[in-house]
Amino acid sequence: MENNFFFEAIIYLAAAVVCVPIAKKFGLSSILGYLFAGIIIGPYVLGLIGQEGEDIMHFAEFGVVMMLFLIGLELEPYKFWRMRRFIIGMGSMQVMFTATILFVACLIVMPWDWRSTLAISLALTLSSTAIVMQTLKEKGLTKTSMGRSSFAVLLFQDIAVIPILAILPLLADGAVPDETLNQSLISDLSGWLQGLIVFGAIAAVYIAGRFLFVPILKMVARTRLQELFTASALLLVMAVSYLMQLVGLSPALGAFMAGLVLANSEFRHELEGDIAPFKGLLLGLFFIGVGASINFHLIMADPAFIIVFCTIFNIIKFLVLLGVGKIYKKSSDQNLLFAFALSQAGEFGFVILGFASQLNIMPTILSSQMMAVIAMSMVGTPFLLLINEKWIDPYFGVKEKQPKKKFDKIDDDEENHVIIAGFGNFGSTIVRLLKTNGIPATVLDMDSDRVESLRKMGFKVYYGDASRLELLQAAGCENAKLFIAAIDNPRVNLEVAEKVKKHFPNLKVLARARNRSDAFDLVDMGIKDFYRENLYSAVHLGVDALVELGHRKYTAMRQGQRFIKYDEQSIFRLAEKRHDKTAFLMTAMEEIEMQEQLLKNDLYAQLGAQDHAWESTQLKKEASDTD
Amino acid sequence: MPNKILILFAHPLFEKSNANDALVQHIPDSPNITFHDLYQEYPDFDINMKREQELLYNHDIIVWHHPLYWYSCPPLMKQWIDIVLEHGWAYGKEGWALKGKLLLQAITTGGRRENYSSTGRDRFTITQLLEPFNQTARVCNMIYLPPFVVHGTHSMSQEGYDDHAELYAQVLKYLEDNDPELDELANFEYLNDWFKTKIS
Repeated sequence: MENNFFFEAIIYLAAAVVCVPIAKKFGLSSILGYLFAGIIIGPYVLGLIGQEGEDIMHFAEFGVVMMLFLIGLELEPYKFWRMRRFIIGMGSMQVMFTATILFVACLIVMPWDWRSTLAISLALTLSSTAIVMQTLKEKGLTKTSMGRSSFAVLLFQDIAVIPILAILPLLADGAVPDETLNQSLISDLSGWLQGLIVFGAIAAVYIAGRFLFVPILKMVARTRLQELFTASALLLVMAVSYLMQLVGLSPALGAFMAGLVLANSEFRHELEGDIAPFKGLLLGLFFIGVGASINFHLIMADPAFIIVFCTIFNIIKFLVLLGVGKIYKKSSDQNLLFAFALSQAGEFGFVILGFASQLNIMPTILSSQMMAVIAMSMVGTPFLLLINEKWIDPYFGVKEKQPKKKFDKIDDDEENHVIIAGFGNFGSTIVRLLKTNGIPATVLDMDSDRVESLRKMGFKVYYGDASRLELLQAAGCENAKLFIAAIDNPRVNLEVAEKVKKHFPNLKVLARARNRSDAFDLVDMGIKDFYRENLYSAVHLGVDALVELGHRKYTAMRQGQRFIKYDEQSIFRLAEKRHDKTAFLMTAMEEIEMQEQLLKNDLYAQLGAQDHAWESTQLKKEASDTD
Repeated sequence: MPNKILILFAHPLFEKSNANDALVQHIPDSPNITFHDLYQEYPDFDINMKREQELLYNHDIIVWHHPLYWYSCPPLMKQWIDIVLEHGWAYGKEGWALKGKLLLQAITTGGRRENYSSTGRDRFTITQLLEPFNQTARVCNMIYLPPFVVHGTHSMSQEGYDDHAELYAQVLKYLEDNDPELDELANFEYLNDWFKTKIS
């Protein structure tokens, strides 16, 4: 059994590791890679995995839940509120028009019973959140107008699943509703009580988000155990999903709400960083499952029907979306992209069809055929988008992504140009200076108490370990202009600086350095802008000492300026020299040796002799020579 | 051989100066023209003398480009003069490093030209007020050209700024390619006046 599990895990992982890079190599989206991985290891090609593809999909659907949680996290309630017109308007139009047209068309053309026709058209109306959102993310389109509309429609569809699943049993002939199926805890209760409980659950998520999640996360954060925080993040998402399932709501919707509630908390970036890898893996698994569950026998039995039907329903969906986009006055290229992206059927289709066939609304053969249609349309989407991108889109004007539009700027403002890690004495001074000059900075800090108090004062501070790549990405390192590494712990600070330098080579890094040897390490990383925390105050004190001993203040200050420049140059010189030695680590002896060398060099430096401004010695000499 | 021009620019609040923004924007993009923004290079007034002397050495025409503040230059420009024009290098018995180089002063001022006269509000002409700079150039064995002056920047439209900037660009281009006729130039108060006879 255990061997079996390992073997399966290895097959899945290996398939993903082999197929996804190949897909990427050909410029295809990773989704296609996963889908093909699924097809290849599935029962109809290699047969490495059997029919369990669908079971795996049920498990992996949790990836979709996590994705919605992340989307909620990124959205922030006020933005969600601003989108309400699109969610309700575009979403309802798409769902109603598509379902109606599909229903009427199938009723006329197909020899199906009207009940199964209705179930099928409803199932096909819903698009795939997983495929669309993942694709948008990969292509960096989530913040364009098309991305926002797609999201609005998908969100409405997620909500629409609930009433659709509620209506289906009414279609059944009455005799067959299967009690065990998809029934929530409360389905025996009367209608108004159910409604009350559902609203209660939603309110509970909201209130818990406000008053329970954040204090718990804070408590966990104080333990400073990374894995415990990850565990609580997972617990949070799972608990909310479970609660939603108990009251018969879609878990994805619940996760989305939980994300929305937490979007304003200081843990936002940390949660994003923690959940993102799970989401990615589960979604990958989900796509593999879709690929593996495509029943090629069924397709081969009547390929013409499946392919033609798939094409026609895709076209209908595409046209409806195009129309909805037109009503909302999208530019042609955005509208095309929008229509192509959402033209497939999605994971909810499987759920609805499965439910319908269990209710005996339609024969199993028909529902399996439709599932194959859905799977095919999901596989087709990335290709459609590729076709659009390569051949259709070029004919339609400019892409909207270019800056210059006010609309986009609102979103840009969300991401600060400056990201600063560490809000100790050092970092906070920097942030204050920037702030007094009207420049907001995104701050990452490990101390959750400090984070909270600073947030109250209106600073944009997030809790998290800045040496984690996910957090850096979540904080917006991709688009920032400046990264300031100002963490108190020098080791961590170097680690962070190195990580940023490595993963975001275009991002300028200004780094705090505790002392000379830190500075050497920074030079080795290629960071030239380092700031030794004790140099400037030590020189400042030295200048004051000179003044106390009778030097004029301006002269003493100029000596200080020169000393700093001279010392900074010596760092670069010595950093190179250091590599002549075999040992990289600075031993205490070497440190002393270096100090000696510095002092010796100072004797030859003759800082005062650089220029002779305002000195008259020479002039006097020349005057006396000529006299 | 084209002339190599070094523009030493000094403005403590460049970001808010419309006139100088236009002038600097129009400086021709040429390998022979070096734009050197002193307040950007030495915000701490700690001027690197050796570097500046090297720059001077490698150019034929030096431009002191600055606004006129209190009938003189901004303090960093003066600091530069104090530090870089060193005795024994720029002047004095052994100081010949700058001999024969041309010095052009390009200045902007809010006041109108008619105010700068013995009967006007400012009581002195620009030429008179710039005598200390002229004399400094002479002590350093340089040839001081009539200044390039933009008057009335306080009440000027964007077109006005652009017109002057265009003229400045043409002057620089001309100086890059030609050695100016010095005796002809001596008859003009401003370089602007002379150059307008050239292009018309």
